[in-house]
Amino acid sequence: MSTLNLTLKVWRQAGPNEPGRFEVYEAKDINEDMSFLEMLDVVNERLIAENREPIAFDHDCREGICGSCGMVINGVPHGPKKLTTTCQLHMRNFKDGDTIVVEPWRATAFPVIKDLVVDRSAFDKIIQAGGYITAPTGAARDANSILIPKQVADQAFDAAACIGCGACVAACPNGAAQLFTAAKIAHLNLLPQGQPERWSRTVAMVDTMEEYFGSCTNYAECEAVCPKGISIEFIAKMNRDYLKAKFKDRRAVVKVDMTEAAG
Amino acid sequence: MLSGTRARGVQPLRQRRMRPRVWILDFYGSAVGKKAVMAVTGIVLLGFVLVHMLGNLHLYEGAEKMNWYGEYLREIGEPAIPRTGLLWFVRSVLIVAFALHIHAAYSLTVMNRQSRRTKYQGGRDYLAANYAARTMRWSGVIVGLFLIYHLMDLTWGVGGAEFTKGEPYQNVVASLSRWPVAGVYIVANLLLGMHIYHGAWSLFQSLGWSHPRFNHWRRWFAVAFAAVIVIGNVSFPIAVLTGIVE
Amino acid sequence: MLDAKVPAGHISEKWSNAKFETKLVAPQNRRKFEIIVVGTGLAGSSAAATLGEMGYNVKVFCFQDSPRRAHSIAAQGGINAAKNYKNDGDSVFRLFYDTIKGGDYRAREANVYRLAEISVQIIDQCVAQGVPFAREYGGLLDNRSFGGAQVARTFYARGQTGQQLLLGAYQALSRQIEAGTVRMYPRTEMLDLVVENGRAVGIITRDLVTGEIQRHAGHAVVLATGGYGNVFYLSTNAKGSNVTAAWRAHKKGAYFANPCFTQIHPTCIPVSGDYQSKLTLMSESLRNDGRIWVPKNPNDTRPPNQIPEEERDYYLERMYPSFANLVPRDVASRAAKRMVDAGYGVGPLKNGVYLDFKTAIERLGRSVIEQRYGNLFDMYENIAGENPYEVPMRIYPAVHYTMGGLWVDYNLMSNLPGLFVLGEANFSDHGANRLGASALMQGLADGYFILPTTIAGDLAPQLNTPVPSTDSPAFREAEEAVREQINRLLSIRGSRSVDSFHRELGKVMWDYCGMARNAEGLKHARQRVAELREEFWRDVKVLGEGESLNQSLEKAGRVADFFELAELMCQDALHREESCGGHFREEYQTPDGEAQRDDEHFAYVAAWEYCGTGKDAKLHKEELVFEYVHPTQRSYK
Repeated sequence: MSTLNLTLKVWRQAGPNEPGRFEVYEAKDINEDMSFLEMLDVVNERLIAENREPIAFDHDCREGICGSCGMVINGVPHGPKKLTTTCQLHMRNFKDGDTIVVEPWRATAFPVIKDLVVDRSAFDKIIQAGGYITAPTGAARDANSILIPKQVADQAFDAAACIGCGACVAACPNGAAQLFTAAKIAHLNLLPQGQPERWSRTVAMVDTMEEYFGSCTNYAECEAVCPKGISIEFIAKMNRDYLKAKFKDRRAVVKVDMTEAAG
Repeated sequence: MLSGTRARGVQPLRQRRMRPRVWILDFYGSAVGKKAVMAVTGIVLLGFVLVHMLGNLHLYEGAEKMNWYGEYLREIGEPAIPRTGLLWFVRSVLIVAFALHIHAAYSLTVMNRQSRRTKYQGGRDYLAANYAARTMRWSGVIVGLFLIYHLMDLTWGVGGAEFTKGEPYQNVVASLSRWPVAGVYIVANLLLGMHIYHGAWSLFQSLGWSHPRFNHWRRWFAVAFAAVIVIGNVSFPIAVLTGIVE
Repeated sequence: MLDAKVPAGHISEKWSNAKFETKLVAPQNRRKFEIIVVGTGLAGSSAAATLGEMGYNVKVFCFQDSPRRAHSIAAQGGINAAKNYKNDGDSVFRLFYDTIKGGDYRAREANVYRLAEISVQIIDQCVAQGVPFAREYGGLLDNRSFGGAQVARTFYARGQTGQQLLLGAYQALSRQIEAGTVRMYPRTEMLDLVVENGRAVGIITRDLVTGEIQRHAGHAVVLATGGYGNVFYLSTNAKGSNVTAAWRAHKKGAYFANPCFTQIHPTCIPVSGDYQSKLTLMSESLRNDGRIWVPKNPNDTRPPNQIPEEERDYYLERMYPSFANLVPRDVASRAAKRMVDAGYGVGPLKNGVYLDFKTAIERLGRSVIEQRYGNLFDMYENIAGENPYEVPMRIYPAVHYTMGGLWVDYNLMSNLPGLFVLGEANFSDHGANRLGASALMQGLADGYFILPTTIAGDLAPQLNTPVPSTDSPAFREAEEAVREQINRLLSIRGSRSVDSFHRELGKVMWDYCGMARNAEGLKHARQRVAELREEFWRDVKVLGEGESLNQSLEKAGRVADFFELAELMCQDALHREESCGGHFREEYQTPDGEAQRDDEHFAYVAAWEYCGTGKDAKLHKEELVFEYVHPTQRSYK
């Protein structure tokens, strides 16, 4: 087992309206089997010992599924390893003597709360706008009465695998949330259960997305950093459904009431 | 929090759009709609640059054929259509396409700047976005400026070279014999090629033309299209400079 | 004696009878009620969404930044339902029977039967919401089998069933938030329960971003705040999972039942070093195709692939021929511990056993295995740095789930009127051991179907009584106490970090109150925990302030509660002088090392009443009567 000595440049910011700056920490004797967050835990313990406030970062499950964690590591959301969340990034992916720059997600829709913690509630707004199938509890028919070809179920799952971490937005030079939104739209629009609300859902979610986020210029940066490997083909699908909804005038009844802002 | 007194929650960057009654305005009001318009106008412009390049190949057939071609464009459809009628129709379609392409690009750029006010302070790495994709705005602006110069040079005849209306062959040779001008043409067309390289791929995404069966052809299409245009267009100044065409 | 308020009638009619006999709140009256739901996992999200749909006013709280992040999201394997789609003899009664037996006869029959009954509806509901369960080529739902069952009744969505079910509930919840029936408070932690005249009337919360302390009142308070596995520091729980909401309710009078019933999951990645912050589960579903073994020679240092078949001990297949690698979790875990304790452990620290897919890959082909477990294999490779397609996985048991929790009656109401407890936070359905794929089932049964029905019985008599005032002395005192604790934690400025205390607590609990326990060890642990707790309050170092995001402060409050809980767990484990399910007392085992229950003396739920920090809790019993399944010694041979 080998250990690493690293130099960390970490973004520290006391609050949403405070100016931030990089601080430099020496991270010595880091075990290469540690995850990136465990490395930060070690750094934090040392900071506490020196009576300095530990680095704040979001994390929870630490097995790559809750979507809480996420930071830009050396200019790449979730760091150098593909298909990996920050919590599943292990230090064996770094070399002894490396300098590692750590920064929060940057997007106007994701304001910094503190250090590496950002507010991603705009994602919830997009789901609230239509990212669901209206199926009140108790009204369901037998599960096997809806036949779904395996290929369709699999494709819907590929889209539904999104963990909502926000790396797509962080990676997008436009601060766009196309991949996140498209994944949920594709998940629901592919399934037979999702058809009744297909057109209104697409319009409502896209319009809400555009209130907070930028637009897509097909850079495909989002796909490259997505820890779940969600394909930008879903973005094409979303565009198609949006165009269809608008062109064919499928009586896409859209909620026009202004949604109450978070609070 | 962006500003103001609320302690929690993210405010929308933009007001929810008022929905115009005219569906096309409503459609164009959304970013996805604007991208679709960019894609459609992009297709129109792609068609134009292709036909323009192919037509100019008459240059290699000598002055007579080339000048006949110039005249032919004005005469198409006569007498059913008045002289230069079709030309002006095509020109007006192109002007509208250009205008929409540029307006959509401009307003999406504004939107995107708002959505990413703070840059990565420690720098960032690009994993997927190639140079062409990242410089669309610049290549677009430069090609646009070049287009104006090109019109001044070879349509309106105010580009500084000797110009005679109705004699495109002589005009082209006169203009491109000046090596700095030929250089500008070459550089501009390389940028146009870059713009097409991303644009001709991107339009499939924007219009939702995606299918596993042909998706791998989209990149080839864009590469081939860009290559054909660049090779054709760049050949003209080189041909003039090297004396192949004189 | 506690009254579980189990309805009369034959077991198959109890839930129907209860639904008929429970008072109703008419649709137009529902908006007059304010209901507080804490936690947004499967139970909390589904309850809040359903209550919102019905027309109640609901406030929902979670400490994460979005309700979608609750730890239910990490459940991998699947969800059980007695659909009998495979025609292999499954039925509601069999699921009920398996669950009671799997729980080692320490669960309440009526609750478990209801759970089995509702399991069928859950699948229907989730499919209607668009949960992309695995399908067969004909378009029908696929099933697989799980530990503790001889039928294939587990529905799954690759290795991410919990994620898909939670997203379904989250989406239903989001719909209600948009509709305005539910108000969502993310990044908000419940720090106390407010009790007035013996009734739960609200909660005190802290906004984790601004530090603001708030009072929220409701006609009922619903806790769906998960389990307390993190008392062991290392567990498969999310880092944020904590007992605080349940513990503060306990301190306000709610009984805590069977706290010593903790589940150790047999298939986790072994600890690799002392920096380890959590343990990662490898779904139990792997045991469908993987074979568990250790070398017959404890000193065998050859790489696993070079050890010939005849020198391997497939000990589960040897000891439990009829269930083999699919024995229940507690049995599999203890067997692994026995092997490692006897020196047969594998890996650099000799702290694991092999889970081998070689036979399955030969039989089914790599692509089938990849399809079934691809994401789990990737995760393993990522963490352990070894490719499980080529080298057997190394696994070892880890704390995973807690069967104990706040005591509730048949209606899921605690002994405090107005306080309901759902999902892992209550104690009700899994007895002393939970079967795989049953937690998701319970969370959703509680949230979608049971609570929305039973809560009406408590609300109906309160019709037209206003929401309790938050200006009452009860609210004021509760808020004061919360503020005082925060200030105290911030003002100690001692020398040790919160995590260092938590690690030490976890080590004590794992060593003495973990997979195997004995009286002496438990007494020692209890004393050690008490000492640590005192040291914590003397010497903890929490930097920063209370008026902004302060993750150390959050952790400190949670660890403070874990200390008190740990003492109660030891007390409970010490008092239960028998072995059952996840509770294994070394003094009480059969000659071949299996758990030895004592039905004569311990066939009851131990519900503890809080009597003060560091003081013995007071025991209340709920007698368990088995009318339909007769307790036998559990055998998976």
